[in-house]
Amino acid sequence: MPVKLIRTDHDQEERVKLILRDDTKFASVKIAFFQYLSVAVFLFLVSGFWQLQVQNQEYYIDRAARNRIRSQPILAPRGKILDRDSRVIVDNHSSFSLILARENLKTEHLKSICEGLDIDCDDLRERLRRFDRTRAKYESIVIKDELTPGELAFVEAHRGQDTFPEMELIHAQRRLYPRNGFASHVIGYTGEVSDPELNTTEFARFRQGDIIGKAGIERQYNDILMGVDGQRRVIVDNRGRVHKVIDKKEASSGRNLNLTIDLDLQAVAELAMENRRGAVIALDPRSGEILAMVSRPSYDPNKFAGRIRSKDWNEIRDNPDNPLLNRAIQAQLAPGSTFKPFIAMAALDSGAIDDSFTVHCGGGASFYGRYFKCHAAKGHGSVDLHKGIVHSCDVFFYNLGNRTSIDKIAQWAETAGFGQRTGIDLPGEVEGIVPSTRWKIRNYRQKWYAGETISVAIGQGALTVTPLQLAHATGGLAMGGVWYRPHLVRDPSHQTPPRRVKIDLAHAASVIDGLYGVVNEGGTAARSRLPGIEFCGKTGSAQRVSNEFMKAHRQKNPLTEEDFKDNAWFVGFAPRQDPEIVVVALYESGEHGPEAAPIVRDVIKSYFDKKSRTTPATVVAAVPLRQQPFPPPQR
Amino acid sequence: MAHYRSIRDLDWPLMLITLSLCALGILQIYSATHDTVWKDAWWKQMLFVSVGLLLLWFVSSIDYHTLLGQVPLFYGVSVVLLLTVLLVGTKVFGSRRWIPLFAGFHFQVSEFVKLVIILLVARYLTELKSDHLETRDFLKIGGLVALPMALVIKQPDLGTALSYLPIVAVGIFLVGLSWRQVLLIGFLALVLPVTAYQFVLQDYQKARLVSFLNPELDPRGSGYQVIQSQIAVGSGGMWGLGVTRGTQTQLRFLPVPHTDFIFATFGEEHGFVGVVVALGLYFLLLMQIVQNAQAAPDRAGMFICMGVAGLLLFHLLVNVGMVVGRMPITGIPLPLMSAGGSSTLSVFLMLGLVNNVRLRRFVN
Repeated sequence: MPVKLIRTDHDQEERVKLILRDDTKFASVKIAFFQYLSVAVFLFLVSGFWQLQVQNQEYYIDRAARNRIRSQPILAPRGKILDRDSRVIVDNHSSFSLILARENLKTEHLKSICEGLDIDCDDLRERLRRFDRTRAKYESIVIKDELTPGELAFVEAHRGQDTFPEMELIHAQRRLYPRNGFASHVIGYTGEVSDPELNTTEFARFRQGDIIGKAGIERQYNDILMGVDGQRRVIVDNRGRVHKVIDKKEASSGRNLNLTIDLDLQAVAELAMENRRGAVIALDPRSGEILAMVSRPSYDPNKFAGRIRSKDWNEIRDNPDNPLLNRAIQAQLAPGSTFKPFIAMAALDSGAIDDSFTVHCGGGASFYGRYFKCHAAKGHGSVDLHKGIVHSCDVFFYNLGNRTSIDKIAQWAETAGFGQRTGIDLPGEVEGIVPSTRWKIRNYRQKWYAGETISVAIGQGALTVTPLQLAHATGGLAMGGVWYRPHLVRDPSHQTPPRRVKIDLAHAASVIDGLYGVVNEGGTAARSRLPGIEFCGKTGSAQRVSNEFMKAHRQKNPLTEEDFKDNAWFVGFAPRQDPEIVVVALYESGEHGPEAAPIVRDVIKSYFDKKSRTTPATVVAAVPLRQQPFPPPQR
Repeated sequence: MAHYRSIRDLDWPLMLITLSLCALGILQIYSATHDTVWKDAWWKQMLFVSVGLLLLWFVSSIDYHTLLGQVPLFYGVSVVLLLTVLLVGTKVFGSRRWIPLFAGFHFQVSEFVKLVIILLVARYLTELKSDHLETRDFLKIGGLVALPMALVIKQPDLGTALSYLPIVAVGIFLVGLSWRQVLLIGFLALVLPVTAYQFVLQDYQKARLVSFLNPELDPRGSGYQVIQSQIAVGSGGMWGLGVTRGTQTQLRFLPVPHTDFIFATFGEEHGFVGVVVALGLYFLLLMQIVQNAQAAPDRAGMFICMGVAGLLLFHLLVNVGMVVGRMPITGIPLPLMSAGGSSTLSVFLMLGLVNNVRLRRFVN
């Protein structure tokens, strides 16, 4: 019985537990808690949607637009550059450019893309960094121009969804420059605007990635030549596939530019300077139009067209011969004897000498305790102005300089345009130096020594000029005191009135007679005589380094042999009366003036040859072929 | 005791809400996939919902006490199937979750294990010897749930594995814990995530966590989904862009728009108003389930209903939270709306359990 009783107790306990377990109310408070928790979770979620959809809707609409709307550039072709007869100097040709959609860009793809297309990867990374700073993410970046068929095949094969979907091809016009650096310094080149340039006022209006003119005519007339890029906005999906074109703004191409350059003369001058260092300038003194401009050594602007590799750029930049220098307007050198006509004009005009002034040349003369040699060791004997110019007698001009005084010389030199920019429409022209007492005090805080005038009298000393200045000055002198601003673009509206200076025409005539004699009367350039053409000119040979410097450094020899050779100059014009063309040749390290004279002779000869070939009738017929003068550039 | 159960006794408000959500889901699946390779997903989903309804009726007609009696069998089969998945499962996106069936249909075991866990927790907590949870019981149930969890994590499918936890958590919470056990859980809650990050998480899961904290760190990579989802939702604005008009969805910037991220495309095309309506339906659904728990005839029925409610709340929090960038990306579907057979059927089976409990509320 007790056993059963115990069992009954146990059963009762079990039953109590079962009743408890069937009691679902024990957790009602906790279930209520669960309900509140659910409310909290839903409020948490709804607030998330509120934040995204109601508070920040604008932001996300914009982000969605940037996801799907991509703008692709339509590159505008630049205007062509033509010569004075509208023959093409710089053209465009169509090609394919590769662009990267920067939004889709995976940085790990860059290396493979660079390898496949032979792009300098560090350059590209650097450019991408610059783009990221200033351009919206949906704008793409051009990474390679003018794809070769092989590269095109690479792009086509790898632009699939699984490889590099960020690659896109666009049609582009690429600059095509003449080969072998022909007229490269006149034309200049284009390139992608650089970071430092964007910070200058000249280039501030451009945007990262723009191709702009960086030198020469391309830079000077960039606003005319450069078109306005168009743009195509498209809707793309996540793979970059175009679903729809939203809108399209066509590119407007740049306008063509007619230069004053005559391709025939330019070719003659280029040929004459083959394998030489120096410059040639031909201009029409009646208008200031530049007919030819050559600077050597030159470079191949095609390498610059578009995006130059750092390696190529450094190679050109670090070349000791400095091929980027346009020697025609940027070389500042002693003019040597080519300056003598201006000394003569200064001496005559200032009354320091008269027509009858003569000097005895015995191969040298002493001034202020120093002996100055004449280039002719035997001397020229009795020398008057005409003979002095014809034979370039140094002793004669020493005396002229000594009598005239440096400030009178400087005054006449500045009248002729030395020591200042001629105002040619090319960037980077330099001024040269016309020394004077004021110049010496200002720059060296020293007084002028009369002995220094003796050197200046033969175009040495502190005096430096550019080839363009020499051509400009000589042309004006030959015109009897009328100086037109040299220019490269045929644009009547750009024409500035000439600077007319009243000079004594009788003095000018006697100097010009001397220059005629240099070529035609057995003077220093007698071998360059041109039958039938009244070709006048003046030779010059100028030391590159002073005699003192040469003595001091000969032992150590830090300069090459080239540096001790003289520069050969020649300035010539024709005809004697009413000159039509002035040509200056600078042949660096060419030793003697007569070596530069044939260059000038060739150019002048071809000018007159061409003139005689084209009868007036055909010239008239050629006029309508020329392009319309373009409107003034927009600034 | 073998009463005749009429179909009229089902929880019809619950059914109405469920079918409304399914309808919204199918509409959205159509909109998100109509011109993609998944363009047949919407009618497949209709098929799943129909099969789901049949399963729901079938499950609710077997007394849940009978089902509770078979828990050991269910548990054993689950573990074997999970092992099978690891051995022969189909690999998709780097994880083995599916057993291939017929006609291109696949069977995701881990989704159905949820049901087993619900029944397991309900039975275990009902059969406790005392009113409160001994530490020994606590560890035992923890161990029982940890085994399938570990197998699912191994697939790897962290999201689904984690969804087993709220079932246990809700059950234990309802039974009650002593302070010592709270402290123990607190300790584990601190230690486990750290060890998990060190030893369990795969690299892609770590990247997801990092990108959850700062998606802009790698907007093209691991942060992509987070950002694109937020852009989709945000650009929908108050009224939405309209069905098949959402640019993020239609131009496929939004990844998997018909499964894990269906609520992002829903938000884009239906706007804040649509979102509030849908979330409101989900809230009503949860409250209806909780109401069935309160009306349950015994503790087992209550545990079953609350287990379902806890699991659904967890899914909503994690999936919708992920869509708005307030939860890390875990890749678990949104119940009833996301396209997918296993997930849809398992939700219908759970709702079948809830109806099962409801049909037997007057048993005494």
